[in-house]
Amino acid sequence: MARIELKNLRKSFGAFDVIKGIDLEIRSGEFMVFVGPSGCGKSTLLRLIAGLEDITSGDLLFDGDRVNNLVPSKRGIAMVFQSYALYPHMKVYDNMAFGLKLASAGEDEIRRRVTDAAKLLQIDHLLDRLPKQLSGGQRQRVAIGRAIVRDPRVFLFDEPLSNLDAALRVQTRLEIAKLHHSMNNVTMIYVTHDQVEAMTLADRICVLRDGRVEQVGTPAELYEKPNSIFVAGFIGSPKMNFLTGAFAEAYGCHTLGIRSEHIAVADEGAVWTGTVVHAEDLGSDNYLFVDIGAAEPVIVRQAGKLTIPYGTKIGLVPSPENLHRFDEKGVPAA
Amino acid sequence: MSASRLFYRIGFYIAVVLIVVISVFPFYYAVLTSFKTGTAIFEVDYWPKSFDLANYDKVLTQATFPRNLLNSLFVATSTVGLSLLLAVTASYALARVRFRGRGLLLITILAVSMFPQIAVLAGLFELVRYLGLFNTPFALIFSYTIFTLPFTVWLLTTFMRDLPLEIEEAAIVDGATPWVIITQVFMPLLWPALVTTGLLAFIGAWNEYLFALTFTSSETTRTVPVAIALLTGASDKEIPWGPIMAASVIVTVPLVVLVLIFQRKIVAGLTAGGVKG
Ligand SMILES: Nc1ncnc2c1ncn2[C@@H]1O[C@H](COP(=O)(O)OP(=O)(O)O)[C@@H](O)[C@H]1O
Ligand SMILES: [Mg+2]
Repeated sequence: MARIELKNLRKSFGAFDVIKGIDLEIRSGEFMVFVGPSGCGKSTLLRLIAGLEDITSGDLLFDGDRVNNLVPSKRGIAMVFQSYALYPHMKVYDNMAFGLKLASAGEDEIRRRVTDAAKLLQIDHLLDRLPKQLSGGQRQRVAIGRAIVRDPRVFLFDEPLSNLDAALRVQTRLEIAKLHHSMNNVTMIYVTHDQVEAMTLADRICVLRDGRVEQVGTPAELYEKPNSIFVAGFIGSPKMNFLTGAFAEAYGCHTLGIRSEHIAVADEGAVWTGTVVHAEDLGSDNYLFVDIGAAEPVIVRQAGKLTIPYGTKIGLVPSPENLHRFDEKGVPAA
Repeated sequence: MSASRLFYRIGFYIAVVLIVVISVFPFYYAVLTSFKTGTAIFEVDYWPKSFDLANYDKVLTQATFPRNLLNSLFVATSTVGLSLLLAVTASYALARVRFRGRGLLLITILAVSMFPQIAVLAGLFELVRYLGLFNTPFALIFSYTIFTLPFTVWLLTTFMRDLPLEIEEAAIVDGATPWVIITQVFMPLLWPALVTTGLLAFIGAWNEYLFALTFTSSETTRTVPVAIALLTGASDKEIPWGPIMAASVIVTVPLVVLVLIFQRKIVAGLTAGGVKG
């Protein structure tokens, strides 16, 4: 368990600034997720924390100690890579034991820790196999097992689910969450570009954009009180509806944001009217795409089965307390 | 099957047979000749008629030939060992460590291999003399290593570059030093490349003639190619073809055996770019 502080952390590759001054505190035992579009610097930030990249300027503190110049193996971290990065020529057991062997732990202790971790992840029957004899999901477990064995203060994950298929992804997501609880809430930092993963796993989310922190908060905070159009549009599925021009001016702002579940269909008191141009029925929910004359159709989410046929003209009533009003700069309007 | 496809297929196999015959025939003829003695050597035969081991007996009991064989073995093995050690460490740096002038260094290394042996012979001779290596096996190990290194470094650098970066980083997080990464993580993954480059270096050192002739002067320090060239018959005029052929066969056999042992790895080394997994 460790409390991690980033103080005005910067990283440039040559003249190219990737991390542009990040201040962030990750609390002890917290599950922190870095989320943002591809190329925004998530992996680089994680690698700075891991010690795989040199910090250009700023401070990195673990439990109050500056660790800028500490090598990765001395930081008490463990990392799970996107490609799993198992040693192809070593059996599962040796993959998991490698770090302990290098730290010259005793034979018995190594055996105990590897078997404990393997049992926890239900891979104890695979210890004699080579990585190439495992499925993607099993490799992922071995990679996590290798991290657990190190008994780290901080777990670092870089998009660990992106190589798995959709069903396995949901299952493994659940197991990572369970792992966090079963390991007495060890500090975990998890990088993803998938906001669903972020929302489901995180205690707190840090949204990154172009090397800067856009917003930090619990999933609910980000969902309900995004402090920029970027975050509002990034978090939540389907995407928040954004209206500009006359639609927004009616509410005294530059851009009006409203989530799909906060719009009701009703002719009485209708604020907007339009035609259903497309509909998606998910069984439990359905999405109506309504053309009200704005740049893009407004998405309306309704519970239950789809009952409104394509081409129907309907009225829409936005819920007044769930409107997000943004000014020209993309931040909430006063 | 259409007539034209049949035609191409037959043509293909004829070409294969031609290539095999042309490349194997000289060795085959050497083997045949090595089993003949006396004037039979000068008769042209394409099938084995006699089977006489006298030439082998002569070569192997001759005072220095076994010694020359051992010299060759020692020189070639040491060259392989030394150049692989240097090349593996150098290529790790060239492939994985970011430093200024890396590209220039790679080009320079390649440029070194452009010089023909004869062009550097005089300079190298002075160097060997200066280092006090003249007429020792170390003169040969030294000069062969210089000549195989550029190629070996280049090949291994290419292979090393293809190894996944995340595997190296996983090892770093596990606490591995560069030496541990090279020896315990990369070398096992580079086996095909190591075998291929090692074998090529071995063959180069085993066959080399010019340096071996120049840097050694006594019969007991010579390597096999020089020893064969300097085999003498009973009189000055007589060229001892029988023993020469027997000796040629003897020096070829180790190479054939090595290639057969490692052939799978060689193919893997020449085709596969890296390691998946
Ligand atoms: N070693 C490097 N050298 C130069 N540029 C790099 C290097 N690593 C990453 N970058 C650049 O930094 C930016 C952020 O990369 P990364 O942190 O991998 O993004 P993300 O993980 O959020 O997709 C990208 O534009 C990438 O091209
Ligand atoms: Mg990334």
